[in-house]
Amino acid sequence: MSDLRELYQSVILDHNKRPRNFREPEGCNRRAQGLNPLCGDKVTVYLVLDGGRVADAGFTGAGCAISTASASLMTEAVKGKPVAEIEKLFDRFHALVTAEPGAPAPDDGELGKLAVFGGVREFPMRVKCATLSWHAMRQALHEDGSAVSTE
Amino acid sequence: MSPSARLDSARIRKDFPILERQVNGRPLVYLDSAASAQKPRAVIDAITRVYEREYANIHRGVHELSQRATAAFEASREKLRAFLNAPHSREIVFVRGTTEAINLVASSFARPALAPGDEILVTQMEHHSNIVPWQLACAEKGARLRVVPIDDRGELLLDELEKLLTPRTRLFALTHVSNALGSVNPIAEICRLARARGVPVLVDGAQAVPHQRVDVRALGCDFYAFSGHKLFGPSGVGVLWGRSELLGAMPPYQGGGEMIVSVSFEGSSFKSIPHRFEAGTPDIAGVIALGAAIDYVEALGFEAIGAHERDLLAYGTQLLSEVPGLRLVGTARHKAAVLSFVLDGIHPHDVGTILDREGIAVRTGHHCAQPVMERMQVPATARASLALYNTREDLDALVRGLLRVREVFA
Repeated sequence: MSDLRELYQSVILDHNKRPRNFREPEGCNRRAQGLNPLCGDKVTVYLVLDGGRVADAGFTGAGCAISTASASLMTEAVKGKPVAEIEKLFDRFHALVTAEPGAPAPDDGELGKLAVFGGVREFPMRVKCATLSWHAMRQALHEDGSAVSTE
Repeated sequence: MSPSARLDSARIRKDFPILERQVNGRPLVYLDSAASAQKPRAVIDAITRVYEREYANIHRGVHELSQRATAAFEASREKLRAFLNAPHSREIVFVRGTTEAINLVASSFARPALAPGDEILVTQMEHHSNIVPWQLACAEKGARLRVVPIDDRGELLLDELEKLLTPRTRLFALTHVSNALGSVNPIAEICRLARARGVPVLVDGAQAVPHQRVDVRALGCDFYAFSGHKLFGPSGVGVLWGRSELLGAMPPYQGGGEMIVSVSFEGSSFKSIPHRFEAGTPDIAGVIALGAAIDYVEALGFEAIGAHERDLLAYGTQLLSEVPGLRLVGTARHKAAVLSFVLDGIHPHDVGTILDREGIAVRTGHHCAQPVMERMQVPATARASLALYNTREDLDALVRGLLRVREVFA
């Protein structure tokens, strides 16, 4: 049961229940949709990109607790950061959730609150839930306007 | 009900070796048979026996093993004929599964018949595999795909069906039993309506054959498709039954060996049905093992299977309705043993993960039926689907698991 508590940490449950930045921010100039055909999760990520820096971020959509909380915490994490730093954060986050089950969580302390997703590595079927909004966010950054799919 | 028409659950469960194993440290509670059913020892043994004792390619060799394999393969065809009460065994075409059966009819029956402005009719409760092949055919031919709606319970609206059967309707393709909702359609009545207007009917029987006797003559349909793996047989093998007068007039679906009479570069001639539709070496052991699966369910009897599953459905419906915040999706008056549901404020994907930790296997998501989800206004559901080896204890475990889900999300 401990791995369930590890997955559904209170921060995740809180962000699922009360998602932050659940809106299209004013001045939004980048957006992309993420779809997970396996479970039907849909998320749209909105960015206000200002001179190589994400000034504001938001999201809308419907999904499971993991994908909703991940989108919510991601928008908090990227706000105010330069694009290059966000890319590094994505790599760290991706490494965290795709680490071998049973291995120690690869967190060098740079992830901050995002470290709560360490439990996802024990649930390989749920990695796509955690990464859906991140893939959409990167799509929005690179602005090709198409929807991303986890497939 | 006679005593012989009752299933002995304890004995049946012993027939399915996988049900003895543990998952995540808990005894397996398998409630995902609508996705794929588990296999009885008789089916597993049949596969082993073929490869150990009587395997060779079929319809080719003059040698002993080829003759034995051919005889066993064709004996399976006859079992399938009897299983469906079809008039002729040549009407049984072996395919990879329901999806391929539908694609075969879409390619070889619908496409040649479709003209711009023609219509193919489906229902709002179809699996994607009974939507997309028709969409592709319609797009290619400038035809229209039309849809019979369902009501809030998940029942087909027969009044609407009557309006949608028009002089342009070339085929009505519908499911016997909804995979996502469990609704059982009144196929015989529907076929009468369609026949009165000269519209042929294809029935997707994937979710029906494990639960009830199917008699294609009594149903009055023109094509009936199902998969072996949902009927306790192997995956990768399925059946298309079609009326011989329709199958016989259809061009080949795939070209290759086994389906030809003669081949030259000027042209080739093709075998008669069913071999015309069975190009290449089929899943020989799979077809023979599907025959063993049919022997298995026939020995139990559909009267007993049906009674057992009706009991489970009634018991499970009652139990689930007592879980706080749970809503059943799909409440048709005539249902197969499928319990699709949503829990207030908790996404089905999370429900599935937590149940899995308790050793309980359910399906979560849109069940390859996105239009159904849209109609019922849910992004997804969790689905517990039952089969002859399930027990009331399995449903008790499900409810305990759901209370655990509520605890985690409290």
